[in-house]
Amino acid sequence: MLVVRELSKKFGGLKAVDDLSFNVKSGTVHSIIGPNGAGKTTLVNMITGVYKVTSGEIYLKKENETYAEDDIEEIIHGKRENITNLSMSKLVHKGVCRTFQHLEICNTMSALENIMLGFHKFMNKNFILSCINSKKIREDEQKYEYEAMKYLKMFSLDDVAYKKADSLSYGVLKKIEIIRALATKPRLVLFDEPVAGLNPKETADISAIIKEVANEGISVILIEHDMKMVMQISDWITVVNFGKKLAEGTPVEISNNEDVINAYLGSRHKKKLANNG
Amino acid sequence: MIKRNIDIIILIFILIVAAFAMKNDFYYEIAVLSILNAIICIGLNLLIGYAGQISLGHGGFMALGAYISAILSSNYSLSPMLSLFIAVLFMGIFAYLISKPILKLEGHYLAMATLGVGIIIYIIINAQGDLTGGPDGMGVDVFKVFGYEFDTNVKWYILSSIMLILVIMALKNLIKSPYGRVLRGIHDSSVAVESVGADVAKYKSYVFVISVIIAVVAGSMYAFFSGFISPAEASFNRSVELVVMVVFGGIGRIYGAVMGAVILTVLPQLLTSFEDYQTLIYGIIIILVMMFMPKGIVSLFDKLRKNGAGS
Repeated sequence: MLVVRELSKKFGGLKAVDDLSFNVKSGTVHSIIGPNGAGKTTLVNMITGVYKVTSGEIYLKKENETYAEDDIEEIIHGKRENITNLSMSKLVHKGVCRTFQHLEICNTMSALENIMLGFHKFMNKNFILSCINSKKIREDEQKYEYEAMKYLKMFSLDDVAYKKADSLSYGVLKKIEIIRALATKPRLVLFDEPVAGLNPKETADISAIIKEVANEGISVILIEHDMKMVMQISDWITVVNFGKKLAEGTPVEISNNEDVINAYLGSRHKKKLANNG
Repeated sequence: MIKRNIDIIILIFILIVAAFAMKNDFYYEIAVLSILNAIICIGLNLLIGYAGQISLGHGGFMALGAYISAILSSNYSLSPMLSLFIAVLFMGIFAYLISKPILKLEGHYLAMATLGVGIIIYIIINAQGDLTGGPDGMGVDVFKVFGYEFDTNVKWYILSSIMLILVIMALKNLIKSPYGRVLRGIHDSSVAVESVGADVAKYKSYVFVISVIIAVVAGSMYAFFSGFISPAEASFNRSVELVVMVVFGGIGRIYGAVMGAVILTVLPQLLTSFEDYQTLIYGIIIILVMMFMPKGIVSLFDKLRKNGAGS
């Protein structure tokens, strides 16, 4: 789905991300883990066009193209689209959407309206038609209000549909942010610490949602510190330390990787694994 | 249908009752002035209250447009409607072009930049004496639509009232449409709006252009109505006055802008009997309202409605 090649980001003299390459396969949950300050969020910000890259390229699988994954040849022959430095709003139209480490929710709107915002790219936004409240605009509004309600029902949040966002709990808002991203009908979603600050029940809910998203064929990039969750739902893990790739592999491979244990997981994790084993 | 437009019905009612209550021409003059200010403030409110952008140059933009209308119709004998159209077109393009670099700024810096543009316009209008009459201002011919002359204050009252109602209806529709949802969203979290695929910079530009166009139409109307325009309209004071009206009435509320404009246009007239203390009292009223109603005059009505619903 996504090919990241030799990506670097410098902030002055600091190399936040240094020559990082990896591939994200379609329909998988690909986690990126690493200590605080390793460059994970910088990486997501580069992929989603928040930061300009210093060097390197990002390629996205073209819609309706089918071909073998991981093939650099495909890039050379133009079967993949170069999305390096595209803005966040343009990327949404290419099928890439994200959520944020710190909530980005419209507080003065209801939960339902926040979800409806997610359908933005499908709705009619003609200025004149909007001013005269034409039939087209009204029909669109009704159609997507219904769709948004359907999404809320799917996540059993329909009881808060008409509540203002600023009166809702952090956990609910985190979910609404995820639903809003899904409403854009993405092919690739990036979750930046979706369960940070949530209780175990909410964490389990969001884990299940992410797993379900991948099952629907949507590719997922997950950044998360909750190792239990990462190990449970990831298909592939890339470990980043000081902006460089430290290791990559399946959850089992990563849990047993000496470098990763030393740099990030800590020996406690090793003991825990040994006990579990 | 009626319930959804109850505010419009009330507004029409108030406008009609006011028309019968007004005893002489001077009352009508103040009323027209209030309504035209209200229209400008509704547009400015769209920019400040919804798109979250501040403009301290709206007096300048409005006046430049009004001068174009006045010069074309009075000096070059174009029909007023055509002059107005050209002014709107020119100022629309002008606003779009300057919005590109200016709206990249935020907060205080944006305020400074718009202030700068406003001051430049003020200086140019003062300096181009041949065209604009310089600091003395210039006379403006009477407004005509297909030969029908708007030569009395009553006619102007009707015309501006109709304009006010149309602008309010259009913006009410806009605010609740998907387009308006993006505007409301930008105020809450521009990142959120960007993340669902809306080009925030583009929307900010458009809103800026819309607010300038509304100001140009109302400002030109004011020039035609009073038969005179002077650089004072482009002054920094005028720009600040417009922002104060929006904030005083209630940021982000259509009727807030209307109330702010009407009250702050009428108030100085009511205070003329205090002579020397006029400005002092005016200032104190604004301070008190902002202290006790930080969400503007319009929040008073919210409280009344809440109490009404509670009992």
